Amino acid sequence: MEKETDKDLEVKFQKENEELRTMELIISRALNIGVTTSAIVIFIGLLMLLLTGKSGYPTGYYPFSPAEILRGFIVLKPYAVILTGLLLLILTPVFRVAVSIITFLYEKDYLYAGITTLVFIILIISFILGKVE
Amino acid sequence: MTSIRLLNFAPFKGCVIIVIVAIDLPKTRSDTVVLTSLEILAFSFVAGIFGALLGLGGGIIVIPVLTLLLGIDIKYAIGASIVSVIATSSGAAVAYVRDNITNLRIGMFLEIATTTGAITGAYIAGLISSKYLYIIFGLVLLYSALAMLRKRHEELPQNVVSHPLAKKLNLEGSYFDKVLNKEVKYKVAGVYEGFGTMYIAGILSGLLGIGSGIFKVMAMDLFMKLPMKVSTATSNFMIGVTAAASAGVYLMRGNINPEIAGPVALGVLLGATFGTKIMQHLKNTTIRKIFIPVLAYISIQMLIKGLGV
Repeated sequence: MEKETDKDLEVKFQKENEELRTMELIISRALNIGVTTSAIVIFIGLLMLLLTGKSGYPTGYYPFSPAEILRGFIVLKPYAVILTGLLLLILTPVFRVAVSIITFLYEKDYLYAGITTLVFIILIISFILGKVE
Repeated sequence: MTSIRLLNFAPFKGCVIIVIVAIDLPKTRSDTVVLTSLEILAFSFVAGIFGALLGLGGGIIVIPVLTLLLGIDIKYAIGASIVSVIATSSGAAVAYVRDNITNLRIGMFLEIATTTGAITGAYIAGLISSKYLYIIFGLVLLYSALAMLRKRHEELPQNVVSHPLAKKLNLEGSYFDKVLNKEVKYKVAGVYEGFGTMYIAGILSGLLGIGSGIFKVMAMDLFMKLPMKVSTATSNFMIGVTAAASAGVYLMRGNINPEIAGPVALGVLLGATFGTKIMQHLKNTTIRKIFIPVLAYISIQMLIKGLGV
């Protein structure tokens, strides 16, 4: 009797492990895309800055708000390009959390889908708080 | 001339490309910018390696280097360090999550505490002067060094009794240790203590612009009794999320200067990716022994600066 329970647990554990494994691979791949993209954008921006010696803004000034950064990015101002890459990088953890919610839901792990959603909401609140200040 | 010296000094892909560009440049005002960028890149690469190894987020190296060696205002150093933490975290997480060393459930569960803490910290930060930041930062580092020194001989945690909540929350797990060449199954203790320390770690992160990964690693190591590699990898996964919670605030406040944070991000990303490869082939005890003196040294430097001796 005892042995059977152990075996059942073992099987359950293995199955969960496999599910977690798939999830880890998905998260890892999503992260890789985000990180690589941001690195390339920052690198290009830095090259533009160093090659032209111009930041695209008055000396000592650089944009603060995402809207201003994106406006500068469209016209390819070096500072704005670097900041866009940095913005992408800052968003990768947020993105990582979002992907985790979806994968936890997919695995029907509702407890962790809930926990992760809570983390995501706190993250969004903190971004909004930053804006208000 | 200086460019060539730096070429020898910086044996990394990204740096070398920029150095070549730098040599072709006519002498302009951007010469100093190029040199500074290269120095920042090189140091950030090293910071990325250490960050990935120890779950610390390069901030612990980036802030002292930027302020003490390059004379950059702590305001920008903190912004760059937040970026460095995210870069370390995301760069390292790619490998650690894939190789199953990160415990995703523990990470997400504790993340509730750290993100709330980070918001608290980011708002207190505006009220404290740079001088006090140096002192607090120095003390934080010194304490970390002492805590690490006590555990220098322990390879894997022994006789861990599972916390009831750990079972309920399905926190236990296993990973394959390449040095021990076996699957390591581990239990999880001290869930409440871990959660509480994570809130404080979150406050520190928002306050100092560091991921306070050291506090996260300590909480997981001392209270929850996880294997060191699981602690550092999970901390690595978490610090990025916590830092992102305060990065928005720092960006709006103008702390993230592209000329400084840009090269930091690039260097740290390259370093962290490299660091994940090294980490898996090191013993936990080895990592500790390398890092304790570095921590102690930097902490004393920061304290001296803060106290104005």
